[in-house]
Amino acid sequence: MKPAPFAYESPATLDEVLNLIAEHGDEAKLLAGGQSLIPVMNFRLAQPSMLIDLNGTNGLDHLELTADGSLEIGCMVRQSTLEKSDLIKKHAPLIHMTMPWVAHSQIRNRGTIGGSIVHADPAGELPVLMVALQATFELQKVGHTRQVVAEDFYIDLFETALTDNEILTKIIIPPQSDRTGYAFHEVARRHGDYAMAGVAAVVSVDQSGICTDARLVYLNVGPKPMLAKSAANMLIGQMITMELIEQTAEFAAENEIEPTSDIHASADYRRHLAKVLGKRALTEAVENI
Amino acid sequence: MEKIEITTTINGNQVTKSVEPRLLLTDFIRHDLRLTGTHVGCEHGVCGACTILLNGAPVRACLMLAVQANGQSIETVESLGTPDNMHPLQTAFHEAHALQCGYCTPGILMTLKPWVEENPNPTESEIREALSGNLCRCTGYQHIVDAVKSLSS
Repeated sequence: MKPAPFAYESPATLDEVLNLIAEHGDEAKLLAGGQSLIPVMNFRLAQPSMLIDLNGTNGLDHLELTADGSLEIGCMVRQSTLEKSDLIKKHAPLIHMTMPWVAHSQIRNRGTIGGSIVHADPAGELPVLMVALQATFELQKVGHTRQVVAEDFYIDLFETALTDNEILTKIIIPPQSDRTGYAFHEVARRHGDYAMAGVAAVVSVDQSGICTDARLVYLNVGPKPMLAKSAANMLIGQMITMELIEQTAEFAAENEIEPTSDIHASADYRRHLAKVLGKRALTEAVENI
Repeated sequence: MEKIEITTTINGNQVTKSVEPRLLLTDFIRHDLRLTGTHVGCEHGVCGACTILLNGAPVRACLMLAVQANGQSIETVESLGTPDNMHPLQTAFHEAHALQCGYCTPGILMTLKPWVEENPNPTESEIREALSGNLCRCTGYQHIVDAVKSLSS
């Protein structure tokens, strides 16, 4: 198996990248970690005429806390860097606890946060985390920069708000309130494989223990990260009990996901997993506050 | 397509070659450098047979282009030991019967080399998680786990 021939560019600056994608449009593909793009090129399911390799581009792999408490993450930050970063552990514990679930260590050593986000695989963990943490993405093209929140970025199966001449340069994770708990659960046949279903839960409470915010986002039970808004609203303004968690998880699994059947799992089984994992994740998130 | 000249360090030796952009790192290592210890299994990142060390970290060589190795340092299984002077990992695999056909072994050894240094006293479940990115169709994994355990200090 060999990729079809392509021209190769390894630009040193973001400006050069922007000019190249402006010139070549959808005939060129950006190469980040390559852990999804190279396999489809090896199978010749993708045959771009040009690869623009971002691995040698300066300034795309920063990871820092800004003055307002947000985390800024460059698109080329490796998944293994996220996994081991103390800054991530402290300020985005949901990312820290989920990274071991993202593929295998050898893949995480190459795979990048930006690559996973724009690849928009409905089974991917990072898109789900971004929606759960209300991340903002900075998208750039020649002469123009715009920001899109994660929730609006994902449109449909492998479809995002990114246009052909844009690149995701930066991910901004807003500061989370102090009394917030997080949890992530997924079920895969083998650790590191694509999960049959999974869910991230974020729950915030006030001083008296009343829920002030909740986010429940599912993976691989719909065409994109599935945000269960109505279910989460059932928690807001309430004292969280086991009974309420059960009702919430059940409502989300019945009404706010769109699982399909494939060789890995039936739609019914995925819905069952969503129900069980939703309950487990909400319970753990509340315990972690 | 026009060839690109790259210089890379393989097992401590610097080499300069001209390669097509589409040449995978696995094929560069095996065909251009004649280092056939690195095996090619699925060629899409699932089996782990082609695992090598890139600047000390295990990666799939089938999911990298040879041009991306320019200026980088690569270690393959040939860097571990020789039949007369095996690496402790290789000795442990030999003694625990941790291989049958041996096809997956180079990838597993290269995955484990940095891992056993960072995890001198792993539990069995940690060992199994560390091995999760490498498929073996002969051993049932138990003897591989035993080999890693035997290295515990």
